[in-house]
Amino acid sequence: MAEKIYLYPLWTRIWHWINAVLFVILIATGISLQYSDPDSPLIPFEPSVSWHNIAGIILIVNYIFFVAGNIRTSNGKYYKLKPKGLGSRLMQQAQYYLFGVFKGQKPPYPENENRKFNPLQKIAYITVMYVATPLVILSGIALLFPEMIINKVFGVSGTLLTALLHMAMGFFLSVFILIHIYFSTFGAKVSSHFKSMIDGYHEKH
Amino acid sequence: MNKSLSFLIVAFTLTLWVNAQDDRQEIINDIKPLNKACFDCHGQQYYTYTNENTGREVKKEMCESYLLNDSLYYQSNHFSFACVDCHSGEYDSYPHPPAARQEQLYTCTDCHGFTETDQKYQFSKIEDAYYESVHYKLEGDNFSCWDCHDPHSYVVKARRTSDIKEIISYNNAQCLECHANEDKFKLLTGEKMNVLEQHEWLPNQQAHFNSVRCIECHTAVDEELLIAHQVMPADSAVRNCVECHSQNSLLLSTLYKHQVKENRKQNGFYNGVILNDSYVIGASRNNTLNKISIALFILTLGGILIHAVLRIILIKKQ
Repeated sequence: MAEKIYLYPLWTRIWHWINAVLFVILIATGISLQYSDPDSPLIPFEPSVSWHNIAGIILIVNYIFFVAGNIRTSNGKYYKLKPKGLGSRLMQQAQYYLFGVFKGQKPPYPENENRKFNPLQKIAYITVMYVATPLVILSGIALLFPEMIINKVFGVSGTLLTALLHMAMGFFLSVFILIHIYFSTFGAKVSSHFKSMIDGYHEKH
Repeated sequence: MNKSLSFLIVAFTLTLWVNAQDDRQEIINDIKPLNKACFDCHGQQYYTYTNENTGREVKKEMCESYLLNDSLYYQSNHFSFACVDCHSGEYDSYPHPPAARQEQLYTCTDCHGFTETDQKYQFSKIEDAYYESVHYKLEGDNFSCWDCHDPHSYVVKARRTSDIKEIISYNNAQCLECHANEDKFKLLTGEKMNVLEQHEWLPNQQAHFNSVRCIECHTAVDEELLIAHQVMPADSAVRNCVECHSQNSLLLSTLYKHQVKENRKQNGFYNGVILNDSYVIGASRNNTLNKISIALFILTLGGILIHAVLRIILIKKQ
């Protein structure tokens, strides 16, 4: 029987799955709004607006829950980046994904109690959780209350710039999710990581 | 461009503008004395007159509907007219004779529609559209052009400013003059209405009110007219969001019609004209960004697929 370690406490799993559902709703309704078409609506405009707004507000609460959890528990340590030797660690991990994995090599930075994320994952999650998500939330709040937005920035509509930032971040997060789901198949077995996010136990390679 | 040529063009444009301003002021100077007696009373909240029978000076409050703002009048499109050009000459005397009060007032098309410039605006088609409007159908001759286009203050805003928000605000004020004024609305209909309550369903109500004219949703679009005049009953108004929030936005055949004719695509943005002043979800799209995002998405999916297939094949071999 493979060795297991308890790596995903209940609160992170609850946060993760709420986030997952919200992202699916936000992406589907977001695309429906941006490419709204009276003849072929993915999701009709009016429900898209309501669902997008409600899911967005829940996402804010969930994000606050995540940040608070990282401050109050030891989970925050996994998001601390050590700049020394980062470049070579990233290269090593990238080489494993590009070549090593095909040769059946062992991952260079396997998960353990002190290291939940490999270097590439860590930098991706920090960018997603501490850059892209705050930006998508802030621009989303601004679009929810457009009267807050500066009317013109160098002659260009402030709302347009806010919307562009919102969509760019939304797009970046959508691409991240695709990659995230694929990399979830890199566990001891294809299904291992998916199981981990249900029972909290990480199955070692 | 040659510097001196640019200077000449700027100087010539400035001269034309200054000349136009000078001409306008000259006309106002000629007209003002003719209108002075009228504005002495109708331009002020209180007016005084001498009662011929008692010889006493009487101070009265001017009835609101007869109160005019002379500075707005001289800024309006009709600034060059003396009051008695349109009103009966009998108004010269005070108290005004009862017959003068029953005068038949001109309508817009009594004067407009005959010059070459007027032909461009198709006043007869505007009139036809108006006769189909809910205003005429419900109120008949009790309603007239003047109810929306007050001849004492009306300006064609689009000719005076390129700021679309200013145009929107001015146009909406024409509707709200009655529709947000319970007394005025009741005078015609005998009913009450509350614009804010009626539009409660509209998300970001204030943003909509500031960014589109009432007529965008409340008139039947007429391709031939620059400004649609067939105001529809409330239950026929646009309520389907995607009529505006889509690539073929309704706004392009209404609010932005003029600019759209000038320039269909701008800076790679679909419906670029809207972007100068506003952002409309679903209507404001960037062609280049669309292509880049689709390409990136396909590349990501392709990369994942190739990686996954290689993993399956190569790991099986081991």
